[in-house]
Amino acid sequence: MAEKEIDSVTGVETTGHVWDGDLKELNKPLPKWWLYTIYATIVWAIGYWILYPAWPLPGGGYTKGIWDYSQRAVVTQEVADAKAAQASYFKKIEETQLEDILKNEELLPFVMAGGAAVFGDNCGPCHGKGGAGSVGYPNLNDDDWLWGGTLEAIEYSITNGIRSGHPEARDMAMPRFGLDGLLKPQEIADTAQYVLSLSGGATDEAAAGRGKQLFADNCVACHGEDGKGNPAVGAPNLADSIWLYGSRLADVERSIVTGRGGVMPSWGGRLDPVTIKMLTAYVHSLGGGQ
Amino acid sequence: MNQTTEATVGQRPMEAYIGRKKIYPKLAHGFYRKVKWAVLVVTLGIYYLLPWLRWDRGPNLPDQAFLLDFANQRLFFGPIEIWAQELYYITGILILSALGLFLVTAVAGRMWCGYTCPQTVWTDLMILVERFWQGDRNARMRLDNGRWTFEKIWKKAGTHISWLLISVATGGALVFYFRDAPTLLVELFTGEAPAVAYAFLAIFTGTTYLLGGIAREQVCIYMCPWPRIQAAMFDRESLLVTYRDYRGEPRAPHKKGQPWDGRGDCVDCKACVTVCPMGIDIRDGSQLECIQCALCIDACNDIMKRVGRPQGLIAYDTFENVEAPVHLAHPKVKLFRPRIVLYSLMMLLVTGIMAAAWMNRSSTDVTVQQDRNPMFVKLSDGSLRNGFTVKLLNKEHHVRGFQLGIAGLEGAKMTVVGFDDPTSTIKVASDNLRALKVLVTVPVAMRDKLKGAATPFQLIVTCAENGDVTHHDLNFRGPDQ
Repeated sequence: MAEKEIDSVTGVETTGHVWDGDLKELNKPLPKWWLYTIYATIVWAIGYWILYPAWPLPGGGYTKGIWDYSQRAVVTQEVADAKAAQASYFKKIEETQLEDILKNEELLPFVMAGGAAVFGDNCGPCHGKGGAGSVGYPNLNDDDWLWGGTLEAIEYSITNGIRSGHPEARDMAMPRFGLDGLLKPQEIADTAQYVLSLSGGATDEAAAGRGKQLFADNCVACHGEDGKGNPAVGAPNLADSIWLYGSRLADVERSIVTGRGGVMPSWGGRLDPVTIKMLTAYVHSLGGGQ
Repeated sequence: MNQTTEATVGQRPMEAYIGRKKIYPKLAHGFYRKVKWAVLVVTLGIYYLLPWLRWDRGPNLPDQAFLLDFANQRLFFGPIEIWAQELYYITGILILSALGLFLVTAVAGRMWCGYTCPQTVWTDLMILVERFWQGDRNARMRLDNGRWTFEKIWKKAGTHISWLLISVATGGALVFYFRDAPTLLVELFTGEAPAVAYAFLAIFTGTTYLLGGIAREQVCIYMCPWPRIQAAMFDRESLLVTYRDYRGEPRAPHKKGQPWDGRGDCVDCKACVTVCPMGIDIRDGSQLECIQCALCIDACNDIMKRVGRPQGLIAYDTFENVEAPVHLAHPKVKLFRPRIVLYSLMMLLVTGIMAAAWMNRSSTDVTVQQDRNPMFVKLSDGSLRNGFTVKLLNKEHHVRGFQLGIAGLEGAKMTVVGFDDPTSTIKVASDNLRALKVLVTVPVAMRDKLKGAATPFQLIVTCAENGDVTHHDLNFRGPDQ
């Protein structure tokens, strides 16, 4: 070790290294407060290692720390606490009839908020976040219901699903009149014209006239003589202005050719009855509830 | 280069940082000291006692006159109640305070710093305590320079324990502003108070002790940004604590009976320096460190009286007067200056805006949100329907009823989810918000009357008890036509 060199100007020790023949650097120590701060953080870190999970161990484990802290446990506890805080509401919802929930000033805000959250998580992907639906997925805001828009009917549909494979599911389906050769193409076109005429949308009156008898022979069993449908079998009202699969002639023809039967999962196994109750009230309140 | 280096060999360059020299302010006597004691008693009295003032607001509401109730998002100032969404009133008060500070500074310098700044007031209190235990300036200096005797230990311990007690009381008073004071006081002792209350108590105990007891003038000089901004707010007409050098110089010690001719009034007694809590010499002129507490005025006046010279060698004075050819004993204060006029007008304007906003403050807040997903719904009979979320906020302390209605939409029908009769009175609990889903339907027969994608109409909210009506302009959405 070379002897300490003291810079004559500042009186401070140099690092001893010389650059470019004449450049030297003063050896200025860190300020004391800075140094002690970093020592304190080192002490802190060691304390942290002892108290909290810190080091990965070979084989996938890690040091657990003597406080046995786990973020997962904290979250689990927080979720449990939140559930406990909601428990009184859940109990009341369970004990209250759906009709009464809608009129209950205390429960309604909770049910609406909860219902909206559950709807967004589970129903939104098909029906849209606001329940506006799209082609093949019913708009839940309107007053047209395939399987009924009463609270009971909605609750049943959500719980058991539609053509979901659940034993209690709503399961009727429309025959494939074209694909299975039940009607000839010309007959399908005529029937479609007649269907459109029910809501004043026919483009060919003669064809619609021919379709009337075909409709009576093939469709009235489910859709009714006046075409107003039957919620008991999920047959839509063909005389109104709402078309799940489109209102153009080609859309209606396609429906007759292929038959229709959308699928909704049964939610009974995934959501608890109270959640389904909240969801039912929410869907009902979107505006179409009967 | 080499020559320069050699020339400076052995010489140490000026230190970039000078260690603090502890200041031992001497007790001053006089008018400004009395004013400062009065300000200290009043401001600290308000700070420590305000949370204990009660105010009856009826059942279910806090009876604390001054309460920042963050838990319930409400601020209570006596009869005034500010809700979270009205926090802009606080912004207005802050703007007014800032402008007031500018105005005072333009007129009379660092009045805030010298008299009312918490740092000044608490430092003053801490020095008072220090003086009680350790004596005045000379005694304190002797004690600090002396050896650690039993006397020194108990005097120092007494000082620091008293400082800590004041600090705890200060931190304690702060948390009382945020929660019912009598309840919290008990909770603090039984260990049931919220953790955040203990945390803030600890923080403010620490800051009071460190800033008021230990750091003192260093806070003003090194930590506070205000002195740096301030210079931009003085001008030549501002009244500042000033040493009138035209009268004082040349300074020299004076023996009784000596003539006063050919010399200044300053007897170089350094009384102004020893009382200064910032440790400066006011005779060096206007300085960043000077908080303009005016204690040097008191000290100097005392000396002038004893040597038989006129008062006011150090006084509130303007640059304009000091530098004028003829000096006035009492400077003329020119108040009609652009910045003073401007600050005053701005304060008037903000006050006016706030007063107008306050007068028009309604006890009901109605917000209407249109459903956007979907914007409109076609019903089976071809009618169109729009959905709205109407939020009624009742700021009164009793239940109120409201009636909803619509106007401007021919043939339209309104329904409220949860109500069989949409025109029935809807009750909103006291201090509460009620959200309602309102559906407006235009029947198919009236669809021709709609003006394309958006038809303006109004939602009318009527307060059932006092008949107050508010109109809310909305659009009925439909398909493009």
